[in-house]
Amino acid sequence: MTHPRQQHQYRLPRAAATPAPAALPPEGLPGLDPAFSRLVEAEEPGAGIRTWHLLDNGPLLASRGIAPVGTILCVHGNPTWSYLWRSLVTQATDAATRGAEAWRVIAVDQLEMGFSERTGTVRPLARRVADLGDLTDALGLAGPVVTFGHDWGGVVSLGWAVDHPDLLAGVLLLNTAVHQPEDAAIPAPLRLALQGGVLGTATVTTPAFLDTTLALAHPPLSAAVKRAYRAPYRGAARRGGIGAFVADIPVGPGSVSTPELDRIASGIRRLGVPALLLWGPTDPIFSDRYLDDLLDRLTDADVHRFEGAGHLVAEDVDYAAAALTWLADRAPVAAVSAPVSAPVTAAVPAAVPVPVESDRSSGHSRPEKDISDAETAPGSGSGAGGDGYQPLWHYLDEFRESDDIALVDMAPGHGAAQLSVTWRELSTRVRRLATGLYQIGVRKGDRVSLLVPPGADLTAVLYACVRIGAVVVVADAGLGLRGLTRAVRGARPDHVIGATPGLLAARALGWPGQKIAAVTLARPLARLLDVSFTLAELESLGAEEELPQEPTAADTAAVLFTSGSTGPAKGVVYTNGQLAAVSRALRAQYGVGPGTGLVAGFAPFALLGPALGARSVTPDMDVTSPKTLTATAVAAAVAAIDASVVFLSPAALTNVVATAGSLSPADWASLAGVRSFLSAGAPVAEPLLAAAARLMPGATAHTPYGMTEGLLMTDITLEGIRAATGDRLRVPLPAATDAVNGIRNPGRPATSDVETTAAPGGVCVGCPTGTTRIRISALDDRGAATGELSEQTGVTGEIVVSAPHVEDHYDRLWLTDRAARRGAITGERWHRTGDVGHLDVDGRLWVEGRLPHVIVTSAGVVTPVGPEQAIERIRSTPRAAVTGDTRGRPAQGHAGVARAAVVGIGPVGTQQLVAVVETTPAARRVRLASSELAAAVRLASTAPIAAVLVVPHLPTDIRHNSKIDRSRLARWAGGILSGGRMTRP
Amino acid sequence: MTALRVLVTGASGFLGRAVAAELVAAGHDVSCFQRRPSGVAGARDLLGSVTTEVDLKHAVVGMDAVVHLAAKVSLAGDPRDFEAVNVEGTRSLLGAAADAGVSRFVFVSSPSVAHAGASIVGSDAGPADPARARGDYARTKARAELLALDADSPLMRVVAVRPHLVWGPGDTQLVARIVDRARAGRLPLLGHGAALIDTTYVDNAATAISAALDRVPDVHGNAYVITNGEPRPVAELLDGMCRAAGVRPPAWSVPAALARAGGSAIEAAWRVRPGVDEPPMTRFLAEQLSTAHWFDQRRTRADLHWTPRVTLDEGFRRLAAAYAQLPAPGGRESG
Repeated sequence: MTHPRQQHQYRLPRAAATPAPAALPPEGLPGLDPAFSRLVEAEEPGAGIRTWHLLDNGPLLASRGIAPVGTILCVHGNPTWSYLWRSLVTQATDAATRGAEAWRVIAVDQLEMGFSERTGTVRPLARRVADLGDLTDALGLAGPVVTFGHDWGGVVSLGWAVDHPDLLAGVLLLNTAVHQPEDAAIPAPLRLALQGGVLGTATVTTPAFLDTTLALAHPPLSAAVKRAYRAPYRGAARRGGIGAFVADIPVGPGSVSTPELDRIASGIRRLGVPALLLWGPTDPIFSDRYLDDLLDRLTDADVHRFEGAGHLVAEDVDYAAAALTWLADRAPVAAVSAPVSAPVTAAVPAAVPVPVESDRSSGHSRPEKDISDAETAPGSGSGAGGDGYQPLWHYLDEFRESDDIALVDMAPGHGAAQLSVTWRELSTRVRRLATGLYQIGVRKGDRVSLLVPPGADLTAVLYACVRIGAVVVVADAGLGLRGLTRAVRGARPDHVIGATPGLLAARALGWPGQKIAAVTLARPLARLLDVSFTLAELESLGAEEELPQEPTAADTAAVLFTSGSTGPAKGVVYTNGQLAAVSRALRAQYGVGPGTGLVAGFAPFALLGPALGARSVTPDMDVTSPKTLTATAVAAAVAAIDASVVFLSPAALTNVVATAGSLSPADWASLAGVRSFLSAGAPVAEPLLAAAARLMPGATAHTPYGMTEGLLMTDITLEGIRAATGDRLRVPLPAATDAVNGIRNPGRPATSDVETTAAPGGVCVGCPTGTTRIRISALDDRGAATGELSEQTGVTGEIVVSAPHVEDHYDRLWLTDRAARRGAITGERWHRTGDVGHLDVDGRLWVEGRLPHVIVTSAGVVTPVGPEQAIERIRSTPRAAVTGDTRGRPAQGHAGVARAAVVGIGPVGTQQLVAVVETTPAARRVRLASSELAAAVRLASTAPIAAVLVVPHLPTDIRHNSKIDRSRLARWAGGILSGGRMTRP
Repeated sequence: MTALRVLVTGASGFLGRAVAAELVAAGHDVSCFQRRPSGVAGARDLLGSVTTEVDLKHAVVGMDAVVHLAAKVSLAGDPRDFEAVNVEGTRSLLGAAADAGVSRFVFVSSPSVAHAGASIVGSDAGPADPARARGDYARTKARAELLALDADSPLMRVVAVRPHLVWGPGDTQLVARIVDRARAGRLPLLGHGAALIDTTYVDNAATAISAALDRVPDVHGNAYVITNGEPRPVAELLDGMCRAAGVRPPAWSVPAALARAGGSAIEAAWRVRPGVDEPPMTRFLAEQLSTAHWFDQRRTRADLHWTPRVTLDEGFRRLAAAYAQLPAPGGRESG
């Protein structure tokens, strides 16, 4: 750290010490109602009366006869003022007036800041904390109080919190920090501002510091809002407080305010009240490392990281609504004042007990394969079903003396031939790595980012981490570098274990955490990459030591990242118990267990081979691009371990089918031995699954429905898909207008009198797996899923799932997590999938699209998949095949449709449908469809189509190569159809 | 529905004739007021001009209701003519009708009274705005609509309806112009032709106006846009009309911005050289054909208790059938 600094304030320009009385803000500042402003006098002991400006809705609430449940005490940072909290004051007042829980909001201008008094004196941190206490004494503030602070106001508010435990009911924070880690430099912008010659000029003489801060908003602030922030700081004499605040930043043990900061930093560990952190990660000053530090001190805090928001998170997002929602949920006042019954959705705690599987209600269909298959598998031991929790490392212990093959890596890298590992070797390696990790300081709860490609190393490292209770962070390389960086930064790993490319990226992009190399690197490279250890070193370190204690089923085991196909990837947190339940569900559904050979070509399931006791093989493929997997590579993998089960992704499956021509007779023979295969990750069309089934004639073809948040929710076989399609085609068309338009009255059965199967269309994804329950939250006439969770058939709504293997919570996304639990049955763990669909009378689930992609026309709600499927049945028509028009002019033919996306444009409630299609042969540029093709699309579609656009290629996500972001596509189509440029989507 | 004695002005026009026929079919006692005989079966003709007060005073005697369609509809012409027919004619008719004890007044307007050239994407009818309306026609219709709605009173209830781009067999305005130009190879597509445009098949416009007449007591004081509620890309609409007439659809395109600029220039030139024909392109037309124009029809349908009966594709079939019966090249008639 730098040398001790003393009394920076003496270096501030003379103007900084100019006294001035408090004043009311000028009228007309955007978003600020002058009615909330008031001046309050408070005595500073031994110094006299100080006058404060504050925003306070207390008098207004009183005039309306509303008694608040408590007070939110807001403290701004430097160089803002109470204007920062205008939205909270307004929203809290509006909510109270509507009859919701009433909160008094007091947002102060700290002395020397905003429109409060310029006293001409210097106010170090301890003085500021005491100032706030003087004010609340003068106000006669009684409990319960929730503090809310931003930037250095966060520290002041926490100081008040530490000093007023009797009044304190909760703590809210926007980006702030209470501790400067010893090993880290203070943020560059502050370092610059603290330079002796710079400080006064940057903060007082000129508005540079102010302007720099105001430029940190995403998106940029409007000129009027910037003017409002500058209003109290016009002229150097008004800006003394800004300079003094910066000068007071403790930068080492000798700083004036260091003891007070240390007191607060340690004091908040004992607050014992609910806390919420609303964080903007794109902050050059208070980066995620400070969030980590705060979470270390406020261990039970809820967090929401607003991806894309920054230092001025209060301007970037609707923090006020988030705060009020949280207050209503957490009801911290309930404990202090009147007992309030907790809302249904309140506060899913960090570790919810796993629901007992046996409480599965009757009426759910059984899985394809009976659980007994797995239970009778040789050597499976006990507890495949029921509530028998088997830790992920169970078979590594059970088979530690076995010389049977545990896993084979077909392409272990560096050009080596295939690598085989026995159970004995794997078990030993995992134990040594686990112990070695513990030796170098990796502890239970530490986050370890794994940047190792699937294969023997990844498997060993993953089980080693999990065994000692470290939390593995697994992000798919398919997210792309930018998505991956965002994911790794957001998850804040304490350690990174990577192969060279991963470590290079970590170095180049400044990813946090201690670095461990999966391979031995030349010393200069290891130094360059900041590598502390290699796996080999860990193994030798761990060879002679004892393993630490096992984590429990309720301990966190992993953070898996979603595909990010629609918005930033989200971290999904699983406990050991929930991950064990994933493997239990796989065993129950597909009979994978000890003795089974498994080709692990689908990332999340691939890692579970050892947990299932199965021998697994990683095929030769480029993991960053699943569509590089060839049929030959699959056949080789099958042959290597005599596999009977094959797990693939849909993208891989497409290429496997496409490359079937190069299979040798021996390859065909290997594939003939496969008993079942599945394509997981996204729904697979029947023709593709059928083509794959022809490669593996002895196998049952499965395609499960699931998501990162719940990996195996339903399952369907190829035969099941055919049966479902047949059912649909046999169904008599329902009541007239509905059938013609394909538009349904939301929330009501699609058919009027008879309950038929699947009239709304969609992709049939089969029946719930053994321990999964599925309910539907019906769509209302605005396309929102507001219905109660229901099992009624034929009703379209959001698909909501519950299973022991559904994730625990979203990582640092409190609001997202809350939304995913909305309407859940109290005491049970339900997850809103964001997919829409319906159940049919046979208990099968049909997926009709994504919730944000639902279209609301003037005639009703339309889900996209039904019309898309109908449009995708259009085959090309040659020129001569249709008759000409009335004047005998020959009509043109039209192309066939390879893939279609149906999107809505225009205002919700009166949207028009647009079909965006890929044709066969593919178009070379974007254009309006010919009248012939448009007519064919309208004829085929189950809902009226306003326009048809032809594109060379529909944009899809990388991981599955199949998910289309229809929201983005809708914005693009809307631009063209309102006369905008004909760009590519 | 009550049978009413209804005066329809402008019944010799394309839409006026359809409205009069629809009202006759609905059982009303219909009189048609225009300069030439309307030829509407079952209706009586009262010949006269809306610019002649005496004619108007005679025409409204004994009427329960007026449906006012008469207007100068053109893309160019002497601004004073627009003023005289559209604004002053409406003012006189409103006065005469009120004096004569007419209790219902339906003013047939145009969506262009509320728009300033930007795309319309699913919006409902806004208030008429003469200051922002483009061109003499839209400006004067906007003023007239304001006059009409302003005259809404307990004694005479007024409603304004704004059918958008009315077309169908016998249409001399939209379809015939498009077909004639296409036949002459003078019909370009503006821009990429994907702008979504909602139109109104003539029968639907007529039933909507008839419905508005029925509903005046409940919906007076309001303006309603009327369309088929089936927006289509403009290229497909032109294509559909050309095919129905048996002519080749536009095969070449002009950049939209160029057409707008050119339209302005041509429009200006036509002002100093009033010709027998109207200009081939105006800025208004260029904007109409290169930006989106489609509307939220929920309020219209709910308030008027009306839904369109003829779909766009059925409309094209009927148009084709009408052209098939005409002697080739056909489609032209005097207006």
